[in-house]
Amino acid sequence: MRLLSSWIREFVDIPADDRQLAADLTMAGVAVDSVAVEQGQAVLEADVTTNRPDAMNHYGVAREASAIYDRDLKPYRASPVESARPALGVASVEIADPDLCARYSARVILGVKVGPSPEWMVKRLEAAGTRSINNVADVTNYLLLELGHPLHAFDLDLLAGRRIIVRRGRAGERMATLDGVVRELTAQNLVIADGERPVAIAGVMGGLDSGIRDQTTNVLLESAWFEPRSIRGTARRFGMHTDASHRFERGADLGITAAGADRAAELIREVAGGEVLCGLIDVFPAPRPRPALLLRQTELERILGERVPPERVEQILRRLGFRLAADGAGQWMVEPPSFRLDVEREIDVIEEVARLFGYQRFPTRLPQWSGVARRAPHWHAERALRETARALGYSQTISFTLIAPRQAEPFSLTDPVRLANPLSEEASVMRPSIVPGLLNAVEWNLNRGTRAVRLFEIGKVYAGASGRYEEPSILGLAATGPVQEGPLHAAPRDMDFFDLKGDVEAVLDLFQCGRLYFDANAGADYYHPGRAARAAMDGETVARFGQLHPRMAAERKWRQPVLIAELYLDRLFCHGLRRPKYEPVSRVPAVDRDFSLVVPDAVAWERIESAVGRLGIQELAAVHPVEILRGGPVAAGSYGLLLRTVFQRPGQTLSDTEVNEWSARLIAALQELGIALRA
Amino acid sequence: MKVEEQVRQTLEGLGVGDEAGVAGLFDGLRTQIERELAGLASADAGEQFRIRWLGRKQGLLTAANDNWLKPAPPALKRAVGRLLNEVKRQAEQSLEARRRELDAGSETARLAVQRLDVTLPGLRRPIGARHPVQIVIDEVQEIFLSMGYSVEEGPEIESDYYNFEALNMPREHPARDTQATLYVAGDYLLRTHTSPVQIRTMEKMQPPLRVIAPGRVYRRDNPDATHSFMFHQVEGFAVDTNITFCDLKGTLDYFFKRFYGEQVQTRFRPSFFPFTEPSAEVDISCIFCSGAGCRKCKQSGWIELFGAGMIDPALYGFVKYDERKYSGFAFGGGIDRLAMLRYGIEDIQLLFQGDLRFLQQFR
Ligand SMILES: [Zn+2]
Repeated sequence: MRLLSSWIREFVDIPADDRQLAADLTMAGVAVDSVAVEQGQAVLEADVTTNRPDAMNHYGVAREASAIYDRDLKPYRASPVESARPALGVASVEIADPDLCARYSARVILGVKVGPSPEWMVKRLEAAGTRSINNVADVTNYLLLELGHPLHAFDLDLLAGRRIIVRRGRAGERMATLDGVVRELTAQNLVIADGERPVAIAGVMGGLDSGIRDQTTNVLLESAWFEPRSIRGTARRFGMHTDASHRFERGADLGITAAGADRAAELIREVAGGEVLCGLIDVFPAPRPRPALLLRQTELERILGERVPPERVEQILRRLGFRLAADGAGQWMVEPPSFRLDVEREIDVIEEVARLFGYQRFPTRLPQWSGVARRAPHWHAERALRETARALGYSQTISFTLIAPRQAEPFSLTDPVRLANPLSEEASVMRPSIVPGLLNAVEWNLNRGTRAVRLFEIGKVYAGASGRYEEPSILGLAATGPVQEGPLHAAPRDMDFFDLKGDVEAVLDLFQCGRLYFDANAGADYYHPGRAARAAMDGETVARFGQLHPRMAAERKWRQPVLIAELYLDRLFCHGLRRPKYEPVSRVPAVDRDFSLVVPDAVAWERIESAVGRLGIQELAAVHPVEILRGGPVAAGSYGLLLRTVFQRPGQTLSDTEVNEWSARLIAALQELGIALRA
Repeated sequence: MKVEEQVRQTLEGLGVGDEAGVAGLFDGLRTQIERELAGLASADAGEQFRIRWLGRKQGLLTAANDNWLKPAPPALKRAVGRLLNEVKRQAEQSLEARRRELDAGSETARLAVQRLDVTLPGLRRPIGARHPVQIVIDEVQEIFLSMGYSVEEGPEIESDYYNFEALNMPREHPARDTQATLYVAGDYLLRTHTSPVQIRTMEKMQPPLRVIAPGRVYRRDNPDATHSFMFHQVEGFAVDTNITFCDLKGTLDYFFKRFYGEQVQTRFRPSFFPFTEPSAEVDISCIFCSGAGCRKCKQSGWIELFGAGMIDPALYGFVKYDERKYSGFAFGGGIDRLAMLRYGIEDIQLLFQGDLRFLQQFR
């Protein structure tokens, strides 16, 4: 909103220059962003919050200034020079719906001459950011800027029966508004009608064929008060936002309609000539008394934490237009003015006192407290994940959770959560998976010459419909390119499946777990069918990972394999972080035994490991695959495996006999899997 | 007489009968040992020396033990034992020292070949970086944790009730316009702020409360350098029997001083939010120009950061708190913005691209 310093100063004597005024207004709640001098005029660019329609005009801001500086505010009054002819004999006003229109004041001016406005008015309007139209329309705009009250001027001769009836629209009624659009009316819309038809959408916009024309000579000026909620509903239904609706839907001043009509009539006579008929037509069927509010000094102090002197309380509120009656015991009955619909409760009055007393005058303090502070439930686990991922070389990324449907589709079996009013197709569904965002980030980096990419993201994915939504947390890993920077000290090597698996294992190792196993059932077709796995903890899937399907990599024109992992944190967190447990380190050295085996291709390592595990040999501390051989002396359909076993018994030496016996059992168990000892 | 022959005889056979004689005998041994050690030229020779003198079966000193000490007359036994041990220990120590001297020579030559250019860069295992938004979330949490604030969370797909209605923004409320909302379906939307967590927490817990709620929020804003349809906020609030506006001021003043530095000033300006009353915009003195006025602060010397205020008593009605007994304050602000100001990041989009050239700067 543009405010002219000279205009504000017409209503109050301000003992400060414009820069100081701007600063003081800002600290009282009218945020002035800038002060500029344009064509000799000081213009303040100000933001007024939505709850303060009363301050969205020059007179309202002058009132704030009068409270800030404790100076008198000039009353807003006008007594137009009237002719002898009574207005009531020429036009009539009727309110059929007093719930939605509490007051309708009108003035009739006959014999005006529509034409350009005088220069002073044009200048002032333009400085305030409003274009001049013609003298009559300009007067209503002038009033809006000065007083904040939206007025409407009708061509009296275009009103059938010279009547104004404020009523609801009727089904089937249509009307063209000033913007040329034909609107279908319903009983939801309050309209201004003449004797025959609607001529304006009340409080929003006038009709195309009842407004001021160049040839208009007789004018009916409307200065009314409409119910905010109704105006807002109508404006929204028609998708209209006008200066008038903006004011009315935030609450206009019921008490100012008459003064506004008088002032406008006076101005029209001044700039467009004509005769102001005698008497204000003022239909006011439903006075809306504002109940007086109790304001307690104790409550002021309880909320604000500091005493505001009672004289200051009274002074501030009176300057703002409140009426007060003190009971002498630190209490007042406060009657808010008609233009302050936002003040309905004691706390609202307290705010008025606080903001004009000055927020800066309240000291800073830290509240007393006894109690405990808790972190978020999974904070420790999440931090452990983040720190481990970082230590493994992954940088944290955050990607958009809103993506395009085509990006979501390959990663979800069900319909993703869709937005009703997306900004664009590109951001119209909630991600059903952490993978598409990570792939976008990989692509971003590869396209910018970064070859080694390792990223992790911890975030939610979204699923569900109609009020039942789920937002499980996922840890995603994405990796591609060289394992280490090179090639100065070591030959470069690209990340492969087992690098990723090692990282997944390191992360899973943070958690407590009875039995962890891996199998090839990744269960998602965006993974390479032969290079993807699933990790299960105590039988429940906690992760899947592997190489991105080459087809999907090819679609993105990637030549290097890209590895991804998804860890289901809600399930993982059920296991809790692993707590270190100490066992004494044996002083007796362990015994290693190596077995050179021939294994059928169909037997995966996991089966060997379980078979050995099932033997239940307590002294068998570890079983490692040490070397795998294919081809050469090993027949096709099999592979050679060097298996290393480690036997140990705490504090006791093992005898050869024992180790031999265990070895024999182990070989027997492996033979059942079709595994043979190599000759 | 050679040492070898000497040790084969007894003291008596050598004609030694008193302590002076014994001492002379051992002096001779010592001189011989030192001479031989000085003549050693290699590690092998050192080993031969050890066997010759200290060998357990054939060593000269072992022989001296057998032939001098064991049959010695009782009057001399103590002196012989003491001197024999002394000579033995000296021989061992001197041999060890001599061996080290010999080793050093050959080692120097060997290791010279292994010399590296230590000025070449090291082989670094990559370490991942923390995201700047994460850094800020962690730090904000630590600061508020130190003031007794717990952390609460809430869903991102939120109901109209928690996002608006229970925050004193009924349908048709003009303030809803200022929060361009992304709707999901029916009564569900993407939360436009973290304030719903306030209601959810107050519903399940009774005062005294001190809570912060960091999280992701959404607005229907077209993306540019300062806008993103997805960003992060932190909400904070305290409810107790003694919470005042002065406490709100002190709390945020403390927070900003901890976060941006002691020199930072805070300023509270009256504003409007439907869920607080009185409400305030919280500015900090510009961290780029210290309040003198610059491009970043649009010459005002102040940077607007948080919205805050005393919790509107209307909210207590929704969560069934006694508004006569309790009062509280609430505040909220953008985490991304805190991070952007802290690190001088000019474009919010950088935060969500996953560009390692950007991310790696936050190691
Ligand atoms: Zn600055």
